[in-house]
Formats: sequence, structure tokens, C-alpha cells
Amino acid sequence: MSNRILIVAEHDGKTLSSGTLATVEAASQISRHANDAPLDLLLIGEICDGLVQSSANLAQLSKVVVISDPRLSTPLSERLAPMITAMAEAYSHILVSASSFGKDLSPRIAALLDVGQLSDVIAIEAADTVIRPIYAGNALARVSSQDSIIVMTIRESAFDKVSADQQASVSVEAIDVDVPSIYTEMLGQVVTESARPDLSAADVVISGGRGVGSKENFAMVEALADKLGGAIGASRAAVDAGFVTNDLQVGQTGKIVAPRLYIAIGISGAIQHLAGMKDSKVIVAINSDPDAPIFEIADYGLVGDLFEVLPKLIDSL
Amino acid sequence: MKVLVAIKRVIDPYAKVRIKSDGSGVETDNVKMAINPFCEIAVEEAIRLKEAGTAEEIIVVSLGGDECQEQLRSALALGADRAIHVSVTQTCQPLSVAKVLKALMEKEQAGIVLLGKQSIDTDNNQVAQMLAALTGRPQATFASKLTVDGEYIEVEREVDGGLERLKLALPAIVSTDLRLNEPRYASLPNIMKAKRKPMETMTPDELSVVIRDSQTVIEVMAPAVRSAGVKVTSVDELVDKLRNEAKVID
Repeated sequence: MSNRILIVAEHDGKTLSSGTLATVEAASQISRHANDAPLDLLLIGEICDGLVQSSANLAQLSKVVVISDPRLSTPLSERLAPMITAMAEAYSHILVSASSFGKDLSPRIAALLDVGQLSDVIAIEAADTVIRPIYAGNALARVSSQDSIIVMTIRESAFDKVSADQQASVSVEAIDVDVPSIYTEMLGQVVTESARPDLSAADVVISGGRGVGSKENFAMVEALADKLGGAIGASRAAVDAGFVTNDLQVGQTGKIVAPRLYIAIGISGAIQHLAGMKDSKVIVAINSDPDAPIFEIADYGLVGDLFEVLPKLIDSL
Repeated sequence: MKVLVAIKRVIDPYAKVRIKSDGSGVETDNVKMAINPFCEIAVEEAIRLKEAGTAEEIIVVSLGGDECQEQLRSALALGADRAIHVSVTQTCQPLSVAKVLKALMEKEQAGIVLLGKQSIDTDNNQVAQMLAALTGRPQATFASKLTVDGEYIEVEREVDGGLERLKLALPAIVSTDLRLNEPRYASLPNIMKAKRKPMETMTPDELSVVIRDSQTVIEVMAPAVRSAGVKVTSVDELVDKLRNEAKVID
């Protein structure tokens, strides 16, 4: 069977998600193991011209496939999965970013195709062999798939993001696929708006934990983030305590990040949290408890009262 | 309405993960085992639906060897009404698990199937979505709030950008996230009572499901270990190190 790779893009109708750019890189790596198999990017949703144009600037692609329909403005997996499955037979691989969008959608596609899925892939070793974390990253598994179509989700933090090349202009193909009726209705979305960088893609992340003490005190974490141009993160404990919203949670079940600089403030370092940030380049831990496990993986540890340390740190930057 | 809850036996979330020296997997002999924490949240949510009068019966199911009956008993002690042990000798990949659950969902005519969003051993996060695909029913993954309203459920789910609210026609499949509820502990009288609750054992064959695995774990390895760095004694020293040694700030 001939090799051809489909990347299902995640987007907001206007731009591709950073996870999709990392997924294109992962797909390029598979392609090199598979006789330079062509890469197709699928834009499915209510798609504007600007998104098609910027996608066509990705030189790694062979073509951009567009399925645009106003009924697809909210991306519900129940609707998207059969539409994507209908065009899947032409492909040897289907890749989606391991974001909440991809995690919801991809297994639904795989099951309709009667194949398995490789979740949260962090390295490509061959066209059919990958590395993926298990046990919250406390072990890594080298796994091969014998499926006729290999479906996988790609962990954004493990791959470089491809960038647009204004000179490139790959072909665009618009196709029509029946939009199925479904049993799900979207009632509403609460999107947390922030002027700060996106947590999953940020270069600098400042995270607060239970030790920060209150929602009000979290302003100090925000002030430090703003000083460094970073994103804000949080431990599960801080989210459970209501200091910040769920979209900021870093960890096994929240966002997985690997920034250049990660500063953990008042975070003890449960393994579920470490699973979400231990691949950061430089880790700084600030905690009043000298025995906090976070110090075991931090490059720089500072034991001290947050309310003395943080104002001083903010001032000296 | 019947609620079907799928649970998995995994190593206790607080147990240390030790990789077997031959690279064939993670050591589970003499390691404390437990119900997967996300599945425990699914059991709890089912019990709350029963307490609220919307669920009539809670059926808890697990695939595994005889040892997973221990976790099924625990779920019965928490408040499930009866248990189904689907006896398998091999570990089953998510698609096979979803096929077994589809057969049971149809056999039991369950209105809601509740599952943990992922198991903390294989971290796949697939079974609920696959079950929804195979049955052609709606799915709400990563649920943080669930309300039943007649023939529908409303689910609030945690997504990367924030929260989403979905309305699903029943029967529907829901996978649980951490903030859906806080599971209870089983009381001693309920643990005693659970011993007399029905537990049925069946095989995939009896459900006309063929277990077929399409992936091979070639090797399980330890991740690169990150060693502890240095402790600094002051903010000035920290800033100096970040600026001049790590060169991560200007």
C-alpha cells in the first residue's frame, strides 16, 4: 500500500494551533521513514481564506484539503469523525495534536476504522514505531503498530513547530463531504481570554501551587509572569482550591509544557505535576518547605517565604 | 435507567513505578493495586445519580484476570449494585475493551456509560471515545459536571481553552475528569454487604467479541533522569544564575 499521511488540523477558524505545527513536524519525520510519503493537511470546520493561505505556506505539505461548512463552526467529534473516516482509506497514517481537541477526536476516528491508536507520541522511530510515555512519564514505551492505517496523537512539547515559508504555496483542494446529523448539541463555551502567551507554547512559564495561598496572592505569580513575558500555569491543588481556572493546570492530566524556563512557586512537586513539566530546559523551584520533592528535579532551588522572595524577585528583574 | 461503569485495576497511584530489568514492562508483582483514580470518580458519579433518583441500577464492569474481582468488590462496597467480570488472560488494548463494553452496553440497555478519561498506567485516553464511535452514540469526554434532564444529559467538560457545555441525547458515553466529584470511602458495613452482591463472570467469546491487539510493546524504558541542581540562598544569587549561568533571562 502506498504511504500518504493525513494531518487533521486544529484551528480556531483563523489560525492553526501550535500543536498542529508540531504535528506537521512529526508527520515529516514519519515521511522520511516512509519513502518521502506526501503530507496532506485537512482543514475541517468553518474555514476562512486566511487560514487556507497560511496553511498553504507550509512547505512540508503536499496539499491542503479543505472541508468548510457553517454547520462545522463548533468542532464536535461525533460529527467530524465519520467525515474524516470517509476520506481515510487513501492514507497510511492519520495524525492529530494530543490537545483536548485531538484526544477527543482521534480515538473516535480510529474506532470507526477498526484500528488502534498510539496516544501522546513523543518520538518517531520508524513509520510504524514510536516512543510514548506511560505511567505519567515514569516509563517510556517503544511501541509498534500493525494497523493498516496508523492513527496517532502527537505531544506538542516533544516536537519543534514548523514555520511558514512565504515562498511556498502548496495546492489546495476543497471537497464536499456529507455533514451527518448527531446527538450532541453545543450549549456554550467559556473561553478564558488572556493577553499572556498560550501556556502550551510559551517560552517561559510561571506556575503557582497550593503554597501561593489564595486567589488574591496569585497576583504575585501573574506579576512575575508579566515581567518575564511568560504564561501562567498552576498545579492541580491550586486549581482545585479555586485560585485559577482549569485551563491553566500543568500535569499528567492538564497541559504538558516544556518551556525554556519554568518557575514553580509554592508547588510541592507531586509526580502528576512533574509529568507535565519535567522536560523544561531550566527549572526553578521556590518553596518554603526545604524537603519539597520539586527540589529533586529543579536546576535552581530557593527555600524561602514566597511573600518575601517574590516581591524581591519581581523588583530585581 | 441503568448506568454502566467500567473500571480498571492499576498499580496504586502512590506506588513507585519500577521498570522490569528485561524491559518487558513495569513490575506489578507485590505492588499495591487499586481502582484507577479516574474510574473511581466514574463510580462515585454513578452512585450520586442513584442517590438523586435518576439511576435505578449501577452495573460495574472490569476486564482482566481473576484479580480484578478485588476492584469490582471495592466498587460494590462503594455502592454499585452488581458486577460483571469479563475474564481475559491477556492485557487488552483500548479498541478491544471498547468492543466488549459495546456488547455489554447493548445487552444491559444502559442509558449512560461512565468511564475514567484515562488509566494511570497506559495513559491512553481512548476507550470512551472508541465506545461512542462503535455504538454511534454521543460522547462527552473530560467531564467536570453532569446533570440528567429526562432523555438528555448536560455535561460541562474541561478543554484546553476553558470549559464547554454539551447536551447529549441518551444513551450517551461520558468520561470523567478530576473535578467531577470527590470519591467517598467505603464503610465497613458496606464492605461486608458487598460480599453478598452479585458478581457474574463471562468471557469475550460469550459476548461474541474477538480480542485482537494491533500494537506491540517492544520495550519499556526508564526516562532520562533529571538530577537535582543547586540550592541558591538569595534572590540576588538566583537572578545572577539565571542571567549568567543558565542565560534564560536578559
